Amino acid sequence: MSALLKRRFFDQIKVLFGAEPTKPKEIGPAAQQIHFYKKGNRDLIAEKLHARAHATPSHKWRNRRWATLIFANLLFTLSFFLDIQILEGALTASRFVGFHLIDLNSALQVMLAHKHIINNLLIGTGTVLVLWVLLGGRTFCSWVCPYHLLAEWAEKIHLFLVSKKLVTDQNMDRRLRSVFWVIFALLALATGYTVFEAISPTGILSRALIYGPGLALLWVLALLFFEVFFSRRAWCRYACPIGLTYGVVGIVSPVRILYKLDGCFHEGDCRKVCLVPHVLDTVIKGRAVEPEVPIGPDCTRCGLCVDVCPTGSLSFDVKGLSKLA
Amino acid sequence: MSEIDDEVAGDNSDSNPPRQAAGNGKPAVSIAKRQTNRRRVLRTILLTGGVLGAAMSGFLPLVYAQKKRLRPPGALDEKDFLGSCIKCGQCVQVCPVSAIKLADLVDGVGVGTPYIDPRAQACDFSCDAVQCILACPTGSLTYHKPAFLPVRPGAALAAKPILLAKENDPEPTLNMHERIGVARLTRPEACLAVQGKGFKGQTRGAGFKGKLRYMDVDRWKPVKVSSHPYEVAECDLCVRQCPVKGAISIETVFAPDGSQHKSPVVHEPCVGCGVCEMVCPVEPTAITIEAGEVWKI
Repeated sequence: MSALLKRRFFDQIKVLFGAEPTKPKEIGPAAQQIHFYKKGNRDLIAEKLHARAHATPSHKWRNRRWATLIFANLLFTLSFFLDIQILEGALTASRFVGFHLIDLNSALQVMLAHKHIINNLLIGTGTVLVLWVLLGGRTFCSWVCPYHLLAEWAEKIHLFLVSKKLVTDQNMDRRLRSVFWVIFALLALATGYTVFEAISPTGILSRALIYGPGLALLWVLALLFFEVFFSRRAWCRYACPIGLTYGVVGIVSPVRILYKLDGCFHEGDCRKVCLVPHVLDTVIKGRAVEPEVPIGPDCTRCGLCVDVCPTGSLSFDVKGLSKLA
Repeated sequence: MSEIDDEVAGDNSDSNPPRQAAGNGKPAVSIAKRQTNRRRVLRTILLTGGVLGAAMSGFLPLVYAQKKRLRPPGALDEKDFLGSCIKCGQCVQVCPVSAIKLADLVDGVGVGTPYIDPRAQACDFSCDAVQCILACPTGSLTYHKPAFLPVRPGAALAAKPILLAKENDPEPTLNMHERIGVARLTRPEACLAVQGKGFKGQTRGAGFKGKLRYMDVDRWKPVKVSSHPYEVAECDLCVRQCPVKGAISIETVFAPDGSQHKSPVVHEPCVGCGVCEMVCPVEPTAITIEAGEVWKI
């Protein structure tokens, strides 16, 4: 990793906790050359072909992701409903063919509140930690969390209303999520009660899918309502401590989105579809510090940007392995 | 082809760093921008308040702690239970009679935490091994309470309860050290045994969905209580169906006026499973489980 990428790596950790991405002070010579070349040479034919490619967007990764998310949640439901016992429990804690799996944020809440850690809790938490280090941290959010899927659909409605100028996106300070994380951790520690679990839409939805709906779903509906009419993806962007917990895991994960400066036209479509556009600041014209820049840990690896990019400048990548797509 | 440049960024672009006033005193932040920023701060505070307000409602079960619900076997004391339960429902999944349910928002005992409504479906230990405790990943339900958690006087069982269903097995006991509640004859005047009456037919009626293990029907398959009608000259259903040895019996008791009558009497081995409450034929039940209650002499 070059010194510039190393600096960016640490900057992106700050961005994960809520800092705004800043314009890099220094650009590497290789990237500088590409930036310079792009300014002087416009390939009009390529641009025309490229504009055409935009008309036929791909949904490859979105479809794979939705299928995975639905399958994972269905596996929970069917394991109980048909008593096939493959994945017993809910997203907060479960057993996969007997192996304990425990959600990192739920585990943290219980450890802080109860102040006593039994072996099963430790084993389950460790297993899930290794799993998501391997798979990319916030990959959990977009590939497993049931609230993410609902919020994604609510986002579509929101964006439609925005395009009709009926609502505007009221954005907020992203540092709020870190504040919530600390508040909920302190509340658990001080009160001895896992209070976040009572309002976690992920837990509420997961249990509703498995054990049947309850009135707690009203809270989830209220959140979706807020996101449709007031603020785009507000819960995932500004509130959810689960996202931050998995984001921290994603810092060391080898699975990420890789940006290649060479083919990029800097149109910013990727930033428009992104849940966390601050991680894509590097695609802005003149900002990439190297010809290849990995995207930071707040990225949920949802692949929407990969789908929307017609030049393949954004792709899934596993550090140390050949490209996936 | 639209191009996003550094200098061009819309209102709702997150990437635009808040510009600091330059050292030469030139205001780098426009008035409109400052206003937008101020509104954003207000909204952020609003969302903070909203989410935290909702979170506070999560504490209601602690406030309403007096409203006690029967927790599954092996449950820690209520406060520790609420702190350690991860709300995954694995205990729900392993229960052969579906006695365990998850609490909803309005139940006031913690969203997603497990409880037993013994009148609807009691824990009859037809799993033989208290599977819910085995399933619990966090030790909310536990065979062995950690040493630093106190045991309330009267909560500890004098001896491991003997499960009548496996009385003749080499290991006849249930691995339980504390009771989850105690049965109490709360309405003796309604009790058929006290009145000297018998009982004939389906207890709780034909539509009752509760299940129970009847050893003479199938040791491993609990069946509906409604499929097992009774005919007894003197009602003793609570004693007859109690799964724990020596927890309840029909005794002759003396009233203060010197008269005597029969009555179900609960004894120390009672673990609070609730089978007596489920099978009690009178409405409302004459015998109830007092959740979280301890044994008093």
